[in-house]
Amino acid sequence: MHKNLNGKIALIIAILAVFLYGIFGIPHGGLKESLTRRIHLGLDLRGGTHIVLQVKTAEAVAATSDNDMVQAQDTVGKIAPAARVSKPDLQQPVLVVSSVSQDKLSAVRDALNANAFAAYDLSSTNDGYRLTMKLAEVKAIREHTLDTSIETIRSRVDSLGVAEPVIQKYGLGEDQILVELPGIDNAEHVRDVIQSTARLEIHEVTGGPYTSEQDAQMQLQPDSVLVQGGNSLEDQSWWSLKRISVVQGPDFRDARSGQDEGGRPDVNFTLTTGAGEKFYSYTSANIGKQMAIVLDNKVREVANINGAIRDQGQISGGGFTKQTAQDLSLMLRTGSLPASIVFLETHTVGASLGASSIRHGVIASVVGLVAVMIFMLIYYRGAGINADLALLLNLVILLGFMGFTGSTLTLPGIAGVILTIGMGVDSNVLIFERIREEIRAGKSASAAVHAGFAHAWVTILDTHVTTIVSAIILFFVGTGPVRGFAVTLMFGLLANLFTAVYVSRVIFDAILNRKTRGEALSI
Amino acid sequence: MELFSNTNIDWLSKKWLFLGFSLIFSVAGVLSILFWNHIPMGIDFKGGTQVRVAFPQQPNEDHLREAMDKAGIRDASIQRLTAGSGYEALITLPEANDTNSDSARNAVVHALNSQYHDSAFTIGDAYTVGPTAGKQLTHQAGWAVLWSLLGMLVFLWFRFEFIYGAAAVIAVFHDTLITVGAFSLTNQEITLTVIAAILTLVGYSMNDTIVIFDRIRENLQLMRRATLAEVVNKSINQTLSRTLLTSGLTFLTVLALYLFGGEVLHGFSFALVVGILIGTYSSIAVAAPMLVAYTEWRERNGKSTGLGAGRKAAA
Repeated sequence: MHKNLNGKIALIIAILAVFLYGIFGIPHGGLKESLTRRIHLGLDLRGGTHIVLQVKTAEAVAATSDNDMVQAQDTVGKIAPAARVSKPDLQQPVLVVSSVSQDKLSAVRDALNANAFAAYDLSSTNDGYRLTMKLAEVKAIREHTLDTSIETIRSRVDSLGVAEPVIQKYGLGEDQILVELPGIDNAEHVRDVIQSTARLEIHEVTGGPYTSEQDAQMQLQPDSVLVQGGNSLEDQSWWSLKRISVVQGPDFRDARSGQDEGGRPDVNFTLTTGAGEKFYSYTSANIGKQMAIVLDNKVREVANINGAIRDQGQISGGGFTKQTAQDLSLMLRTGSLPASIVFLETHTVGASLGASSIRHGVIASVVGLVAVMIFMLIYYRGAGINADLALLLNLVILLGFMGFTGSTLTLPGIAGVILTIGMGVDSNVLIFERIREEIRAGKSASAAVHAGFAHAWVTILDTHVTTIVSAIILFFVGTGPVRGFAVTLMFGLLANLFTAVYVSRVIFDAILNRKTRGEALSI
Repeated sequence: MELFSNTNIDWLSKKWLFLGFSLIFSVAGVLSILFWNHIPMGIDFKGGTQVRVAFPQQPNEDHLREAMDKAGIRDASIQRLTAGSGYEALITLPEANDTNSDSARNAVVHALNSQYHDSAFTIGDAYTVGPTAGKQLTHQAGWAVLWSLLGMLVFLWFRFEFIYGAAAVIAVFHDTLITVGAFSLTNQEITLTVIAAILTLVGYSMNDTIVIFDRIRENLQLMRRATLAEVVNKSINQTLSRTLLTSGLTFLTVLALYLFGGEVLHGFSFALVVGILIGTYSSIAVAAPMLVAYTEWRERNGKSTGLGAGRKAAA
């Protein structure tokens, strides 16, 4: 019985061409260049740095509610001077307005219902009100903080001049960011650059300098915290600073490094208009007092407020080298991080290990592939060629899939390819064994082929589905390298469903077309 | 060429032999896990810092340890790796807390730079994991394995019957236990890639078991008057050549990985080497006998066996 196979053969060749394109693109330059251009290599093969960090977004929520508290105090203070606004738990965005006299209650309520406090839910207490930040608002702040952090880190990392950096949200929830920098294997420098984007603020000085922490504790002013530092890097004095800052990171619009009158490096900054107003009213009300510039929870400079400053200011007085002044300006310019970060995981792979991994992976793949192909030829003779062709097509489709989807090939991914070779040939074995059984039972060549494929199909489907389920779970659980493995396994199995059943069948049919009636099948 | 055609071995009669064999390996593994090496966890679960250093010749472990001590690094564990090509050592430090310091890695590099003078060296890779990340990963991995098993149980229940699903899951559990036991016995670390290998062998062992179950289901239709035991035996014999061949071929590729794949994939390929052998064994030695045993038990207790009227579980 002659089957018309031309359409099917054309389809297979078309698919081969399509996936070859996926692997190589339109080849120009050498074969190797085309290949490496399409298929991305993971860090464990290329060498580079992989960092997972977590942004403490709760800090941004606390900072926002701190600002709101100041504003609430202002607003309420104008209506009911005796009232106090406080934050009972510093970690929670809950403000308590207390000591409101009975006659002022409704006026205060109206004020608190204004737009400025739209982010809060208002509830009554014994002697005032409680403002609780809405959950949606908290969530929005946290998301915004995470997004801003990503942008800031991205601009920092750009200054390192890395090709194809990866900076993205990571993991499920938990405010984590993944930073991958191929080709850079000095994690220390990278962490410095990223970490240097921690918080910069200006606080009012309420007391100090104290030489020891105990002294400072005893003289601690209300609403203040203790911070260490001073005008030079070695200065370890303690200062009592008002907890809520006057100026924060996002308020800086620009900053340049320069030189002060003494020729020492300093930083000239410009605030945003809104922050400028706030700063102006603060500085004009506090002439003669001191303010502290706090970087990463250390006091970097304590300055006397000699006159009102609107939006142009200078951080000077020594304590900077040219490099640190430039770094600080860069930081202020591109925005400091809205919250602090914690490094959860750091992995650096040297380029030489990456290259050696590739070498090993490729050797193992080739050895495995050749061993399997030779065995199939010996054990199944003619049909072995069939299996080998299907296997090669399988690999082409697998790699083509990866080229098309821009997936990353990692070392476990190469292992996945090797595994696909082993498991892929399983389908062929299933079918061939069945065909042999049918021939032994007396069926003719074409009937045996037909029966073999029919019976084996159900089992092939079952086995592939279970392994694909494993791979999907792995994909969601795993990080980079393991994900690479899950991806190659999945694609390999899907490709295998196609080649083992459809392509093998077509090849068999083509062979059967050529056979005379009653001629045996080489299997 | 044909091997294994028309075998006619009575597999189920050997079930006590299989049980004994399985018990030996399982118990050895469990004892090692409980008392001897416990389960060696890689730092991606434990947290800590691990630096892989390559040397031009076999490094002297004592000199390395001295170098660490002189630089003030306590708790460093030094492990020489028997890599295929090249000499490597793994220097591991436990992590105290989620600090921002990269100091552990740098401390190690600095220590080697200043105190180790035997030869030059290159830093292969360095991995620092904070305890938060480590715990997170442990939970994730644990859940992944559980969901995997559950998913397969449901899938098999759907395609066959509950007892088939249960038998297969027990077989897979047996495989995982023995594989983890093997890691414990040989004191190799279980990292995330090893978990990936274990999940793969879960899928693989299921594969194997399903092939036999499929044949059992087919034969139950064809061999109307045979007992379940006879059907199971016949099914195993019929699929034997396919089972041994596929395992053999997959084993061949995994062996290539183990021998040539390099040090980084060593744990991964070891898990697969052990897993594939045990996975194949368990389909014949654990899943099938369990199926028969359970059905016999139901029959003995007068409950329905789901085999249909007139069919017994065993002669």
